[in-house]
Parts: sequence; structure tokens; C-alpha cells
Amino acid sequence: MSAGTPVVPSLAARTRPGSASLADRPVKIDVKDLNFYYGQKRALENISIQLRANVVSAFIGPSGCGKSTFLRTLNRMNDIIPGTRVDGTVLIDNVNIYDPKIDVVGLRRRVGMVFQKSNPFPKSIFDNVAYGLRINGMATSKAEVHERVEASLRAAALWDEVKDRLHDSALAISGGQQQRLCIARALAVKPKVLLMDEPASALDPIATQHIEELIYDLKKDYTIVIVTHNMQQAARVSDFTAFFWLGRLVEYDRTEKIFTAPAEKLTEDYVTGRFG
Amino acid sequence: MASASTALATPDVDAGIARRRTLDLVFQAVALLVLLAVLAALAALVYSILHDGLGRLSWDFLTSYTSRHASHAGIRPALAGSIFIIVLTAGIALPVGVAAAIYLEEYGTRSRMARLIELNIANLAAVPSIIYGLLGLGLFVRVLGFGGSILAGASTLALLVLPVVILSTREALRTVPMSLREGSYALGATKWQTIWYQVLPVALPGILTGLILALSRAIGETAPLITIGALTYVPFLPDSVWSPFTVLPIQIFNWVSRPQVEFAQNAAAAIIVLLALLLTMNATAIWLRDRFQKRRIS
Repeated sequence: MSAGTPVVPSLAARTRPGSASLADRPVKIDVKDLNFYYGQKRALENISIQLRANVVSAFIGPSGCGKSTFLRTLNRMNDIIPGTRVDGTVLIDNVNIYDPKIDVVGLRRRVGMVFQKSNPFPKSIFDNVAYGLRINGMATSKAEVHERVEASLRAAALWDEVKDRLHDSALAISGGQQQRLCIARALAVKPKVLLMDEPASALDPIATQHIEELIYDLKKDYTIVIVTHNMQQAARVSDFTAFFWLGRLVEYDRTEKIFTAPAEKLTEDYVTGRFG
Repeated sequence: MASASTALATPDVDAGIARRRTLDLVFQAVALLVLLAVLAALAALVYSILHDGLGRLSWDFLTSYTSRHASHAGIRPALAGSIFIIVLTAGIALPVGVAAAIYLEEYGTRSRMARLIELNIANLAAVPSIIYGLLGLGLFVRVLGFGGSILAGASTLALLVLPVVILSTREALRTVPMSLREGSYALGATKWQTIWYQVLPVALPGILTGLILALSRAIGETAPLITIGALTYVPFLPDSVWSPFTVLPIQIFNWVSRPQVEFAQNAAAAIIVLLALLLTMNATAIWLRDRFQKRRIS
């Protein structure tokens, strides 16, 4: 990255040797005819989409279009909001996560989530990462916990910055560091999928760049779905982009196709900034 | 300058400004006067008690048993009874109140039944304490057979403070941000793990503050304890939860109702001790709140 260039060049482009390799990836998340209701109001209408493994998929669209709501149906985070209802199926690794036999606690461990506003626990940096290991019984010895905490912080590119103050409060580090801590915390419990709800919207450009580079690195090991308001960010980090409008999925395709030659007029108007 | 003010002049509005400013000052003065009147009443009360009681206050007064002779009488059993009963009340009211609040706030659904329960808890907080005394007499003293013991007294006072503890705990739970719970759920935590490891530690200072303030109401209660059969003359220290007992307010009540001036002085001295106990509890509540707040920030 050359100094003086404020705009980060497309990270995803570095792994775009040919379109065939990405389209060949197995389907990780297969959503069929998903409807979502807040009380009587239908917030998502007949969403069907296939998200592939080890790629970054971005959801874009104007505020209130349902992209965050849709993201939260993928780990059943909407379950905790009273008065909501879902129909349709969401298959992750060919298992319907809305099957009554599915244990939502186990699901959320496998489908991690990072939120718009970083929400570290008011505990030490170490305990933030160790929390998930402890509650899930994933590490038995102290040494094992320490090892996983270090590995997770390294994976989130935060280790070097915090290794000397692991037992300081997580609230004392910067906003960008807090968000990477939340990513480390999510990685610690070894998820398969990582959902990110506008993870950089509250961060400055440098911190945003850190997060974007991190997303690029993480897709080797995780399937990543990111909601973003920032179209440049979607263009930089994602391989596939889905455009949502008024609770419907308008278009879903390779990112460069969405931004250069979208099939729908609505998509074109949105990505060229004519509305939204 | 002159031309500028002429340009800005709006005579019909300007005429009202002076009058509005005067009214502003009048209200400020009235508010200050009311405040001073209240403070003066409080100061007079404290002065009169200190004047009557301070001379009587001594180590002997704290450590002597009560007596027919005012100059030999002390508050040892009453002070011990008050402390014993308030600790036991806290021990009963805290787990029950917090558990009830957690259920209502975290598990309960927003049903019509839940709202009815909520309304009733708010109403219970306003029920006169003598009613709790009658309930305690019927339930703890007679049906459960606790007799006029410390356990019966503490159980009755726990019932009395329970509505306040539940309400303040719910308030404290509500201040815990949703984002914290979501962060925990997103890692695969169960509801109970989220409540125990994330929500309760953050809510704890608020819960403890509410508890202590509720207890400082309970420590001044006389009526419910007299109703359940607390004694006025106790020549021994309570040694178990089954002991008969007396508390400071009952001792004060007993001394105040006697004709001799010396006993009135004893009462004043005992009031000073009760006030000191109250202030200590309230100071503890403030200290706890500050300590936890600092720990959360740094």
C-alpha cells in the first residue's frame, strides 16, 4: 500500500485470478424463501441466496432495507427480539438452522458475529477472549486457554499491540483495537462462519483499513458475510455482493459485476449514487 | 453602538423582558427560601437531639444492658439486635429479590399477567409496615413456628424491603446495555451464562445500592417488629436466629414513653447511634457505587 493513497485498493482483487475458482467453492449457506416478520410487518420477502465457503460476501443497500436483519437471521440473533417470526429455510452445511431440533447455543458458537458498535465486555482483554472458551468448555487447562487466547489475538492482528497489557481493561484500548478484540473473541470459539454487521462504520480510515486487511486474511479459514453502508468498502473487500432494497434481494453477483455491469436498473442507480 | 441597538429594538417585546427577568429572580428566591426552611427544620432536629443526647453518649452506654436506672442503662442488646437483624434481612432479601427481578426482567414475557405482577409489586412498596407485621405474625411466628425470634423479625423485614429491592434490581438490570448481552449470546452463551457472567456484574453496584437504601428504611422500623413480638426489655445478647430480641427503635420508643428526663436523654443518645448507623450504611452504598464505577472505567 503506497503512502499517500487514501483509498485502499481492492483487497479481494488480489485473489481474483479467475472467476471459475470462486464459483466452484462449495455452498456454505443456502437460504430458501426466507420471510421475516417484526410483528405484522414483513421485513424480509422471499430471500433466496447461496453464499459460498471461504469467500467474502457483502450485503449493501439503503438504511432499513433489511440487510442487517437478514444477517441476524443467519445465527438466529433475532430470536432474542420479542415478537419476531421467521419462515423459510436457512441451510448451513446442509443443516436447517431453523429446525426445532437445532440448539441455538451451539449454532451461535459455529456462526460468530461482530457488531456495528464494538461491544467488548467490561473485563480484561484476556478475559474477553477467554470468555467464549470458558462458557463453551473448550479449553480445560490454563495453558490451553492462554494458547487459544494468544492464537485468536494473533489471528485478529492485535497480539503485538496488547501482549504487554493483557490484563488491562478492554475498555481502555482504542475503538479500532476494541473492534479487532471483538473479532478475536469471535474467532476464539472456532466458528465456521463470521457475520460482520458494519464492523468499521464507527472507525477512522486507518482502523478501517486494518479491519479490511484482516477480513481479507480471514477468508482463508472462514466464510465471511459483511453488511456495509460503504460501497467502496464492499468493492474493496468482497468477492460477491448482494443488493437489498425494501426487504427484497434485488441482485446478487460477483462484486465487480455488481459495481460495473449490474443487471438491474435499481442496482445501477444505487451503486452509482443516484439514491440511497 | 447606539444605531445598532436601535436597529435591533423591538419595543413591544422588550417591554416584557424586564418583567420576565423579575419573575425569574422571584422564583429563584422562593425556591431558595423553601430549601432553607427545610434545612433549618432538619438542623433544629439534629441540634435538639445532639444537645440532649451527646452528654449521655459513652462507651458504657453502648456496652451496658438496659436498666431501671436511667444512668446505668445502655443499648448493648438493642444495638446487637439491630445489626444482627439487618444482616439477616439482607441475607434473605438479596437472593430472593434479585432472583425475582431477574425472572421478571430477563425471562418473563410481556404478558398481561406480568404487567399485573409488576403493578402489584409497585403497590406493595407503599403498603404500611404494620400490615407486614401482621403478615409476619400470622405466617412466620404462628404457622411456621419461628416465635418472636430474630429469624421471624428478619423474615418480616425482608418481606417489607423486598418490593424495593426487586424494583431497584430491575432498574439496575435495565441499565445493562443490550449490546453486552448480544455479544455474549453471539459466542454461544446460554441465557443463564449471559446473566451470571455479564449482566449481574455490571448491575451489581446498582443492586447493592438499592438494597442498602432499602435496608436503611428497615433499620428504623418499629411497628412490624412490635407486632411480631419483639421484646422491650432484653437482658442478654441474641446468640442465634432463634433468640428473642429487641432493636434500637423499640428501645428508643420505650425510653421516650417514660416520664423521667434522664430516660429522654437516653433516647436522644440512642437516636444518635441509630443515625450514625444509618449514615454509615448510606455512605457504604455510595462508596460501593463509586468503587464499581471506577473499576468499570479504568
